[in-house]
Amino acid sequence: MAFTPTPRQLTAIKSIAFILALVPFFALAYLVAADKLVEPLQYITRNTGSWTLYFLCITLAVTPLRRLSGWNWLLKLRRMMGLYAFFYALLHFTTFLWFDHFFDVQEMLKDVAKRPFITVGFTAFVLLVPLAATSTNAMVRRLGGKRWQALHKLVYVIAPLGILHFWWMRAGKHDFNKPILFGVIVLALLGMRAWWARRKVLT
Amino acid sequence: MLILPSEITPREIFESRRKFIKLAAAGAILGPELALAQSQGGGLAKLAAKRNPAFAVMEKQTAYKDATTYNNFYEFGTDKSDPAENAHTLRTRPWTVQIEGEVKKPMTLDIDSLLKLAPLEERIYRHRCVEGWSMVVPWIGYSFSELIKKVEPTGNAKYVEFVTLADHQQMPGVRSRVLDWPYVEGLRIDEANHPLALLTVGMYGEVLPNQNGAPVRMVLPWKYGFKSAKSIVKIRFVRDMPRTSWNKSAPNEYGFFSNVNPDVDHPRWSQASERRIGEDGFFTKKRKTLMFNGYPEVASLYTGMDLKKYY
Repeated sequence: MAFTPTPRQLTAIKSIAFILALVPFFALAYLVAADKLVEPLQYITRNTGSWTLYFLCITLAVTPLRRLSGWNWLLKLRRMMGLYAFFYALLHFTTFLWFDHFFDVQEMLKDVAKRPFITVGFTAFVLLVPLAATSTNAMVRRLGGKRWQALHKLVYVIAPLGILHFWWMRAGKHDFNKPILFGVIVLALLGMRAWWARRKVLT
Repeated sequence: MLILPSEITPREIFESRRKFIKLAAAGAILGPELALAQSQGGGLAKLAAKRNPAFAVMEKQTAYKDATTYNNFYEFGTDKSDPAENAHTLRTRPWTVQIEGEVKKPMTLDIDSLLKLAPLEERIYRHRCVEGWSMVVPWIGYSFSELIKKVEPTGNAKYVEFVTLADHQQMPGVRSRVLDWPYVEGLRIDEANHPLALLTVGMYGEVLPNQNGAPVRMVLPWKYGFKSAKSIVKIRFVRDMPRTSWNKSAPNEYGFFSNVNPDVDHPRWSQASERRIGEDGFFTKKRKTLMFNGYPEVASLYTGMDLKKYY
């Protein structure tokens, strides 16, 4: 019999998840405030980028985990994880606009158009915006379940774009260990879905 | 106070002295002057050198701590904190540099002979990394042209190749496949002869720390940092352009010349500006990168060359 938390336990689990997901943010804030970083701007940029990918993977892992474990309540954590992915992506984008271009939007857009790895990252971020904007219960109702789900399948495009962005960023230094790891994880998470979808069609 | 290179204290004795000094300091025998002197460098063996004002930029020097804990030296790992953490395994004595190829007098010099080959100078250079950050570092060494004079290149010597140590027992990063080891860099012979090209044995008044390329490296302030080979074991004078490590690894990103040039972007980022480590922060725009990193005296080396093509 799969574990099913009581409503109170679920609230506790959610609270813990909420706080844990903020740890990277506060850790970063501490490192900056305590002046522990030699090149803080670059560190913040990379760190927030990494955490965006981590949270995208966590969000994508909810459905397979739920299916494999029978823990249906995991679904109740998915929105929060997705919103955290957006939160770190927003920080990541802000660092780019701030540190790289000092809020010069025109210059920023030129950079987006000129450099493929930024084009890809920026696209992924822009695609995340409607997902974050339609994450409330009210929006789900307004769109209707089917359309809402169709819209949120965008994440299947966003995650691979995020990995491509990371891959190209590392391309010059041939340092692919981490991009490969992320790639394999996302491929596995999306592959499981494809496999299950196929089986459903066949049976 | 002038100390000859030959008088440099062996590390063991030096360290035991430091232990004594620390104990003494703990006992409050020594005054605050000592603490002040130590904050300049890292407590390594001192190296006497006269500052050469012709080669000293008047900009704020980067803190020793930043210059020695934040750098690239892939033989010790790819993170910028890796060299400082891992380079303690590097043995810099005994050390020899083999000089060979198109020269009338090929020779093998040990580090002591290298230190005595010409008078040591302190030069304060800007240092610009291809990644977009920069520092200002007081180096100690002498013009590489001094060494060129000694070995008498033949007319066939068109390029100089620097081969650096690649010993996986001393250098954990060499086990990785990030680059094709050993790390090789190169210069055209006229570039190598330019007085700015510094054969470097020290920084901040002391011998080089391991993580910064001890015991001997090049410093080429008008080029991106990776052109300055560290922990050199072989210098070859050759006819053909050397196949340098980063150029082999990603030719569209890292050219043979790799002169600092704000007008030629790296494919993935602009080179028009840079962040000075320890200075440029959150509330200022990045500073503009200067052509040849602010060393216009090298421009004549490249007269008539399309620097967008030969990046």
